[in-house]
Amino acid sequence: MRPVLYVLSFLAVMALGFWAYRENYATQASLRDVTNLQNEIGTLRESLSIERAEWAYLNRPDRLRDLATLNFDRLELLPMLPSQFGVTSQITFPPAPLITNLPIEGGEMVSGTLAATKEAQTP
Amino acid sequence: MTRTPLRPLARILHARQRGENPDSIERENLRLRHEVMRDKSRGSAQVRLVILALCFFGAFTLIGARMGTIAASEPIEPRTASAGTEIDAGRADIVDRNGRILATNMLTHALYVQTRDLIDPARVARELAVIFPDLDEKALLRRFIDGRSFLWVRKVLSPEQMQMVHEIGDPGLLFGPREMRLYPNGTLAAHVLGGSSFGAEGVNSAEVIGTAGLERFADARLRDPAQAGTPLVTSLDITVQAAVEDVLGAGITMMNAKGGAAILMDVNTGEIVALAAGPTFDPNDRPANPTSGEPSDSPLFNRAVQGVYELGSTFKIFAAAQAIELGLLTPETLVDANAPMYFGKFKINEFEGHNYGPLLSVSDIIAKSSNVGTAHIAMMIGGERQQAFLKALGLFDASPVELVEAKGAKPLRPARWPEIVTITAAYGHGISGSPLNLATAYASIANGGIKVTPTLLKRTEPMQGERILSKRVALLAVGMMRRVVTEGTASLGDVPGYAVAGKTGTAEKTKRGGGYYDDKVINTFASVFPANDPKYVLVVTLDEPSENTGSKPRRTAGWTAVPVAAEIIRRAAPLLGMRPQVEAASLDGLVAVKN
Repeated sequence: MRPVLYVLSFLAVMALGFWAYRENYATQASLRDVTNLQNEIGTLRESLSIERAEWAYLNRPDRLRDLATLNFDRLELLPMLPSQFGVTSQITFPPAPLITNLPIEGGEMVSGTLAATKEAQTP
Repeated sequence: MTRTPLRPLARILHARQRGENPDSIERENLRLRHEVMRDKSRGSAQVRLVILALCFFGAFTLIGARMGTIAASEPIEPRTASAGTEIDAGRADIVDRNGRILATNMLTHALYVQTRDLIDPARVARELAVIFPDLDEKALLRRFIDGRSFLWVRKVLSPEQMQMVHEIGDPGLLFGPREMRLYPNGTLAAHVLGGSSFGAEGVNSAEVIGTAGLERFADARLRDPAQAGTPLVTSLDITVQAAVEDVLGAGITMMNAKGGAAILMDVNTGEIVALAAGPTFDPNDRPANPTSGEPSDSPLFNRAVQGVYELGSTFKIFAAAQAIELGLLTPETLVDANAPMYFGKFKINEFEGHNYGPLLSVSDIIAKSSNVGTAHIAMMIGGERQQAFLKALGLFDASPVELVEAKGAKPLRPARWPEIVTITAAYGHGISGSPLNLATAYASIANGGIKVTPTLLKRTEPMQGERILSKRVALLAVGMMRRVVTEGTASLGDVPGYAVAGKTGTAEKTKRGGGYYDDKVINTFASVFPANDPKYVLVVTLDEPSENTGSKPRRTAGWTAVPVAAEIIRRAAPLLGMRPQVEAASLDGLVAVKN
């Protein structure tokens, strides 16, 4: 019985040693990994701040104003003025969908009045 | 516990029968009792000692174990903890109230030379002079070979320049990383931001220090490593600031002015939404401080804060409001306004020798801007009360705004306050203040009479201030200012939908030696909008304007500062999210009467 115990404990020590060896290298590898990741985060943060600065530079009011002037043909952008405020009732909403597939004759007519009444009800 | 008696009767009787001394029984019992007591107290003392020993053992084990781990472990930074943003940013960003960047940092490089490593100094000097045209080849070469071992060539390089220097390929040329302050919006809000430069410089880094404006004022906050990750949030709104600067710049050109300033302030919080001064400069390339001439000739001069001017008739509303507050007058009271008025050896005139008198209501005095009427009101108030009121409005002290220049721009006022000063101060002569002082005072009236503390930082909590005018009087004052726009001197200032109220002011500039210039004026328009529920104060000041479209140059605020202010309101109010309001038409000929 005793020799078996000796052999078993010896094997257990070997196994634990192997496990500790692997863990050691795994830990070192993850630490290296973390260091690399942190370097990468640092670089990315740096480039993020540069991107942010560039975004602010490209969106500076002077440039936007010049761009609006250059592209006036297409965009027709003007400074915002008090007259551009409106009320909701001034907006032309898309008309309510027409009811189709009415089986009876003169369905167009019916749906037209229906649509009209529906439109009148919506404020 | 049953207490055994010291002299049990049975044993005593027994002992007496046997002829023994009963006292020995008592002594015996006493001894036994004392032994029990001693055993008990010894037991509890032992328990205390054991607990104490355990505590000491625990403490010493802990300290010993900690010492052991510290001694046995390698001294390294905890690598698994994640790095925060505070590591990479040296100086906090400055952003506007919506988080858009006003100032940020950029990584770049500085160029320096280790002369003993230079292989061919002559060629390096020649090629550097080609890359940087402002460097002189001969001077550079002389510095390379005069025996020094180290010299700075450029403080910051663009990536293209850095590549070209790399291509020279000399081992003596070296780069040091630099964190550079960048103002991506160029000249926008230049006078607020101020500027920055390098402080102590080393090869691997250089400190960035603020040199003017907010950068200098908040230098400690911006450099604080604990707060480097959180940007400094200002009260400015980039969009509004850009619109104000745009209009002010155009106004300065159109009115042939030397310069100008515009301040837009929230009356309820004291936050400055836009602060513009012209001419302006680029804080990325801040010009050197002027060493000669007038400080106001330099674009660095912030007219809105540093420009201490006599602000003229804009002060009249203070006298009128105070007189109503004191119960001396109502807006309808008729006051003597017969011009010219003589006071001792002084003669007080109206503009262009008008006479609005003999009697004028207080409201009309403000609308027509009558000096004589205001003088009479001021005499009713008296010097002491007038001084106290102007002081409460903050017109006697340098503005507490977060700009380093503000402390140096203390309003000028006479040391003594004789009655003639009371009179002239009422219409803004003989007392000077900056446009910012004026905007603060107007905001204090417009918000219903609560003293405003101006700020350039976004407020997170409501403003606290003492009451200096009752709400009723403040409303009346705004109403009188509204009449200035609808039927008085500022008729060009009406912006439909925004009910502008305001007061014009024209003051001649003072000469260096004393006296006034005839043709150099400061025009100011201090306005409040909308009049029925004031939200913002706008002060526009133009320095030496003249409006030349007519037959002779016009230099009154009504012709110069007022149209500029109206245009600013027209542009800025929609950006501030204010919807134009339909004003109730005045009912012609209908007057409220009482039966």
